[in-house]
Amino acid sequence: MNNASVIQAQELTKRFGNFTAVDHISFEVSKGEIFGFLGANGAGKTTAMRMLCGLSLPTSGKGRVAGFDVYKENEKIKKNIGYMSQKFSLYEDLTVKENIRFYAGIYGKTEKFIKEKTGTILKHLRMESEADKLVRELPLGWRQKLAFSVAIFHEPQIVFLDEPTGGVDPVTRREFWIMIYEAAKSGITVFVTTHYMDEAEYCNRVSIMVDGRIDALDTPTQLKKTYNAGSMDEVFLKLARKATRSD
Amino acid sequence: MPAVEVKNIIKFYGKKKDVVQALKGISFDVAKGEIFGIIGPDGAGKTSLFRILTTLLLADGGSATVDGFDVVKDYKEIRNRVGYMPGRFSLYPDLTVEENLEFFATIFKTTIHENYDLIKDIYSQIEPFKYRRAGKLSGGMKQKLALSCALIHRPSVLFLDEPTTGVDAVSRKEFWEMLKRLKEQGITILVSTPYMDEAILCDRVALLQTGKILSINTPRGIIDDFKKPVIAARASDMLHLLNDLKGFEQTEDAYPFGEYHHAVMKDNFDQDSLKNYLQKDNAGLELKETKADIEDCFMALMKN
Repeated sequence: MNNASVIQAQELTKRFGNFTAVDHISFEVSKGEIFGFLGANGAGKTTAMRMLCGLSLPTSGKGRVAGFDVYKENEKIKKNIGYMSQKFSLYEDLTVKENIRFYAGIYGKTEKFIKEKTGTILKHLRMESEADKLVRELPLGWRQKLAFSVAIFHEPQIVFLDEPTGGVDPVTRREFWIMIYEAAKSGITVFVTTHYMDEAEYCNRVSIMVDGRIDALDTPTQLKKTYNAGSMDEVFLKLARKATRSD
Repeated sequence: MPAVEVKNIIKFYGKKKDVVQALKGISFDVAKGEIFGIIGPDGAGKTSLFRILTTLLLADGGSATVDGFDVVKDYKEIRNRVGYMPGRFSLYPDLTVEENLEFFATIFKTTIHENYDLIKDIYSQIEPFKYRRAGKLSGGMKQKLALSCALIHRPSVLFLDEPTTGVDAVSRKEFWEMLKRLKEQGITILVSTPYMDEAILCDRVALLQTGKILSINTPRGIIDDFKKPVIAARASDMLHLLNDLKGFEQTEDAYPFGEYHHAVMKDNFDQDSLKNYLQKDNAGLELKETKADIEDCFMALMKN
């Protein structure tokens, strides 16, 4: 296996009873890559992501994330990754600063580290005057950008983003992606799901899950060539329409 | 008579010190049989507007009619004539699929049988699960059930609040195909969405931001109104390219746009000097003039 690969999945499978949610998926993600993990609702993305985050044990297959085994070292995986989703990110009844402190504290960061980095981040987000505001008072777009900064605050090797931009306006959505580019450039691997097909174009490589399997995995340019499509939207429709199950 | 008429609607939330003005004097008309899109981000005021028009919330100023009836005086009439699918799943989770549908049919003094032809397209897809509790359905199936329930009394105006948020690209396409068929049956549809690609599928759209309408037009009209030159560019290091584009003197705005970055340029810009400037430091540079997409237009309107 490639030295620089930070996620390795080999025939990774998850069954619930006689339902195979994730069906022998194999892929690798390299350090600093932006990896798009696409699929229709119910294709098995969330289940796969939960296994990679150390939250759910696979039924069979092999998996290593950030250098740790998904069966035996899931606690170590959790320490070395960041996670955010559209549904769950920050505590709305805590202030901006309190949220940062809370998450950084959970990851065992020192007071000094937290204090210094909080300043840098709020400055970068241009949210210094919001530091003591409750998160609930912030517009969704700001919250999502803050949530992303919090998810990578402890400088994880990999950050998992589950539909981070759902419902966000087009301007903020792009600001969010610029933050993703910056994180990737600093060496953080980004594993991201989205329903916006223009965002699939921003990824270095994209996998498309259909009925629990990975049916396609390549760069957006190559996928469009292979499926003779003008856009990632077309590629996605060609593949996902074959699905026999929906969530 | 328009299907919906909105005149200077105002809505406040909160008390004295902490007043938020959710709608700042909104006016528009929707013609019968039109698909009218309300496009706007979270917090723009879309839900407040829908709740006022469906008589679930009182406005603090202005007036509105639906199907010719006043939203305050004639609220009972309106409730019989509109279908409303809220953004949050609002059916009874402990009733089965069929029981939910029957419940809504009964409230509106009709039966599933009587209006089955209208919902057949949609309901037949979830009918195999009619004995399943609604709370146990997947997101896509919940959406189909909610739409069936909103249609069961054959409403003349249908209000759909973000029906496709969080829904995958395939299901979104199918959902819009269903809306087209409902329009053919003469139903007026007001639909809100944060997806710009869905704006194109509407007859007309209103762009709503922080309680104000920035523009109302046909999708074509919105694109035609955008006069500035747009450049599409890509290179091997996209983040570097973006920063360079932003740093160019004649650039008004630059942002990622799918495979390329888009840069909105000043009218007098010179493509050769842009090319020379970018070529220095961007390997694999590709540059071309392009047409504004509806999303370019909306972003320009939002930033103004």
